[in-house]
Amino acid sequence: MADGRWNIAIDSGTCIGSGVCAGTSPKYFTLDGGYGTPVAEEVDADDEVITAAESCPMEAILVREVGTDKVVAPLD
Amino acid sequence: MTTVDRGACPYPFSEAKRLDLDPEYARLRDNGELARVRMPYGGEAWMATSYEDVKTVLGDLRFSRAATLGVDVPRMTPLTQTDSTLLTMDPPDHSRLRKLVAKAFTMRRIEMLRPRAQEVVDGLLDAIEAQGPPADLVEGLALPLPITMICELLGVPYEDRDRFRAWSDAALAFDAYTPEEIQAGRDGLKAYLAGLVAKHRVEPSDSLLSELVRARDEDDRLSEAELVQFGVTLLVAGHETTANQTGNFLYTLLSKPHLMRELQDDPDLLDPAIEEMLRVTPLGAAAGFARIATEDVVLSGTLVKAGEAVMTQTASANRDGRVFDNPDEIDFHRENNPHIAFGHGVHHCLGAQLARLELQVAVGTVLRRFPGLRFAVPAEEVPFKAGRLVRGLQALPVTW
Repeated sequence: MADGRWNIAIDSGTCIGSGVCAGTSPKYFTLDGGYGTPVAEEVDADDEVITAAESCPMEAILVREVGTDKVVAPLD
Repeated sequence: MTTVDRGACPYPFSEAKRLDLDPEYARLRDNGELARVRMPYGGEAWMATSYEDVKTVLGDLRFSRAATLGVDVPRMTPLTQTDSTLLTMDPPDHSRLRKLVAKAFTMRRIEMLRPRAQEVVDGLLDAIEAQGPPADLVEGLALPLPITMICELLGVPYEDRDRFRAWSDAALAFDAYTPEEIQAGRDGLKAYLAGLVAKHRVEPSDSLLSELVRARDEDDRLSEAELVQFGVTLLVAGHETTANQTGNFLYTLLSKPHLMRELQDDPDLLDPAIEEMLRVTPLGAAAGFARIATEDVVLSGTLVKAGEAVMTQTASANRDGRVFDNPDEIDFHRENNPHIAFGHGVHHCLGAQLARLELQVAVGTVLRRFPGLRFAVPAEEVPFKAGRLVRGLQALPVTW
């Protein structure tokens, strides 16, 4: 369903270190010093990334299409 | 000479008293021990008490909640957990369900409810003021605020509160009710939510329950049983926790007048004060929610074997001196307060932002409107409930 390349960014000022992203998708997210960090900033499109981003209570995870910068998640 | 095996310690170490934490937790934590305990039901378990260990058990997917479902696991309650809920799921099932409602509970969306929470609190305090002292802040504020908010969010009629309160009260007991009464509480909640789901099917609204019904009927994203049980979880977790913590926080402030004065003199301290009270106030009467190791894991130098159960004590983790300076002191000026009162990892409290909002508005408004607030009875006579999984006041008699 998803294709292309995505960029994952976490707003460190917004992240509260809930650990939801790293637990939901350890393949793409980890905790560094207690705060969420993408394992890689650029990844192949994968719905699991959206699930993790949409589960963040702070909406601190921004997923965009590489090249177009179109926001993939979070969407209203 | 033989090694003395101290064996498993009977748990709980003592009966939960008010908001006190048994000193045994601090001893275990500060010794760097993973405790071995014998739970009231289901046998022996490991118990994590340090910040690092608790966070590992909560955040590491090698510790499973799903593996506890329908199993005679170590626990506080006489009954095993037989219904699959958000709290007994692991990813990816857990992610599939949580994602359906996560948007409604983000910081941004919950902040939009602040005016409504303020309106509800204002109305409740108007009634208390009109009636005059003494008043009970549990019945008058701590209970009706979160019940109103979660009812409106979910689409549950507020008029039904006495019915679901009674079931919820029994469902969250360990020895305050008989096993039959606890089961009847669980069954009552399920039947009630099943009825509400049917109503939302016929008359949809923009509430969360209607949204979940649509997710089931239009997109088949969850089963009927998951839908009903999701409703139960949101309704119970949505009010029990905050209702009890609101009373507990006010009890703390009224018991420690210097803290109350500090907060009244500087209202900007409200948010950090709520975070600090979240850190130091043990909501759980005892460690709950066992997890089962799905492979061998070493915690604090102790091997937890695959298949063994681990309990977590977050209140103890929140007072770990390796993370918090003067951990037993209530300090509204902490620079860094990474408490895990809302848990950690995939089960990090879905309603955390709503709870924060309700606590901030309730505590902040009470202190502003009743500057002379004090207990209407001697502090030691303020009654706490007993035999329940969460700590809370039976009543909070105050005067002003």
